Amino acid sequence: MGILEIKNVNKRFGGLKALTDVNLSVAENTVHAIIGPNGAGKSTLLNCLVGKLIPDTGSVMFDGQSVLGRTPYEINQMGISRVFQTPEIFGELTVMENMMIPCFAKRDGSFELNAITSIASQKDVREKAEHMLESMNLAEKRNMHAASMSRGDKRRLEIAMCLAQEPRLLLLDEPTAGMARADTNNTIDLLKQIKAERDITIAIIEHDMHVVFSLAERITVLAQGTPLVEDIPANIKGHPKVREAYLGETQVA
Amino acid sequence: MLGLDKKDFTLLLVVAALVLLAPFILNPFPADSAMAQFNAGYPDLMQRFVIFGIFAIGFNILFGLTGYLSFGHAAFLGVGSYSAVWMFKLLSMNVIPAIILAVIVSGVFALVIGFVSLRRTGIYFSILTLAFAQMSFNLAYSVLTPITNGETGLQITLNDPRILGVSATAEGGIPVTNLFGLEMRGTEVLNIGPWAFQFNNGYYLCGVIMLIAFYISIRIFRSPFGLMLRAIKANKTRLNYTGLNTRPYALAAFVISGMYAGLAGGLLASMDPLAGAERMQWTASGEVVLMTILGGAGTLIGPVVGAGFIKYFENIFSKINESVLHGWFSFLPEGMENGVVWVTEHFVGPGWHLTLGLLFMLVVTFLPGGLVEGGQKLAGLFRRKSKSEAPDGAAQKHPAE
Repeated sequence: MGILEIKNVNKRFGGLKALTDVNLSVAENTVHAIIGPNGAGKSTLLNCLVGKLIPDTGSVMFDGQSVLGRTPYEINQMGISRVFQTPEIFGELTVMENMMIPCFAKRDGSFELNAITSIASQKDVREKAEHMLESMNLAEKRNMHAASMSRGDKRRLEIAMCLAQEPRLLLLDEPTAGMARADTNNTIDLLKQIKAERDITIAIIEHDMHVVFSLAERITVLAQGTPLVEDIPANIKGHPKVREAYLGETQVA
Repeated sequence: MLGLDKKDFTLLLVVAALVLLAPFILNPFPADSAMAQFNAGYPDLMQRFVIFGIFAIGFNILFGLTGYLSFGHAAFLGVGSYSAVWMFKLLSMNVIPAIILAVIVSGVFALVIGFVSLRRTGIYFSILTLAFAQMSFNLAYSVLTPITNGETGLQITLNDPRILGVSATAEGGIPVTNLFGLEMRGTEVLNIGPWAFQFNNGYYLCGVIMLIAFYISIRIFRSPFGLMLRAIKANKTRLNYTGLNTRPYALAAFVISGMYAGLAGGLLASMDPLAGAERMQWTASGEVVLMTILGGAGTLIGPVVGAGFIKYFENIFSKINESVLHGWFSFLPEGMENGVVWVTEHFVGPGWHLTLGLLFMLVVTFLPGGLVEGGQKLAGLFRRKSKSEAPDGAAQKHPAE
């Protein structure tokens, strides 16, 4: 039994079949990559996991509990954190304030009317946020507005915010999209480090094969809404079906 | 001090000093001079300054902090006023129960309207609140006449029961609002030379309540709850995917700001015990939006500054009429005098809205952060100047805002 079990998931948008009979199992404490050409249904699948979309049929179980019918914040409180394709951070707030919000969410749950104590008095949250910033090399930027940071730093902050909640499953949606090579390599190193330091399962959707083959322990190839192949990276590389899906045509002998 | 850091505490002290000394500060001109009409230090106007200050402080918690633009906040002001007047009619002329009821009723009202309106965001939320406010206005104006007394407005009369007070005074008049016997309309006049400074009981009650309201607002700004509200404004998606439910946070902000509006409405009725439906009209809702933006949305002191500014214009500029202008420009040759008066009279008196509109345009265009931003820019300019004159590092301690 994997930590995430997707069974017979179907999703239609009008006449378009976005997902057809998707079965996928993500084993605990692994890095599992989901790849596939544009329009393969990768993002739809991800949105079904986090509560943004509800599949028409099928089941999605996280750690033995169904996530279907729950809202994004409830699913997040179950232990699934998501990193977006374009970094979703609180641009108007400072880096430190950004970091404190997930720490509050972890400590106080989804709602806490804490209107009279001051933030300055919340020592445990401040220390945790400070610690996270230091471990992510963002400490000297703590008073900057998050919106004014570079793309790479925004991504780093977003990942740090997700980790502060101590999730059991981290979902990454094309974490290196639109990044320069150096930033991409930094992100790969960061994810490797995260994996080495804690018990966490990472599911990653990615276009960049360099990223996929440097990180993934297992790869699922999605094409036209159906899983095509699932295997270890070495066997995926030269797989004829994968080549076919990516090139979009069969090789005529 | 009081759970505030040094900077906020200083701000609170400055505001407290301004409120206490307002009868002096707002009365800079001798009573019989030509400039006396620019004096704003009379009880009625000073009360309005602080009451609308409270209204705007509360509105800022919703709009400036959480980013929800409500176009119906006057409904809560009106509900507060009606509740307070009913308390005067039924219970007693003491203002304390009236104010408490005003806050509670408007809070309940805000809970209901907020629960429905907050299902939508952005422009749809604004339109929903506007619709609710106009509904409330029409209900008060016609349908609910037994409760609101329709277009005449709700007033206290000699026939009211007032179970803890008296229906009529010994002289047969209508009793006045008071705080445990201290009459709200009571005013001491201090004559110093040609100056006449007025100290009004009602103003000081409103002033103290405004300081408490301001203090609570600072605490909210600096609390984890306030951080969540700012996070809602900054990025709702991220907040949802951080395991936080935005709805109760936004609803709490809506109810708190509704209660502030109800408090303001209750105070208005306490100073002058009548309540009319026009207090709930959409123009009144728009006014508080103007106040907050003009002063600086999202800043602590901005809404109070904006409220003072607009109320000053409304009451002072609107008093300047043609004959006053003729008095000012009488030194000019007659033809020119008439010309100048003809131009300026469109901007004063009933035309004060035109001046306010121009001013609002200028502020929004050049100072999107409102008058507070203007003040900060001026202070920054001043600081840089003094820094270049004395470059021994003493001035380098100012962190970027």
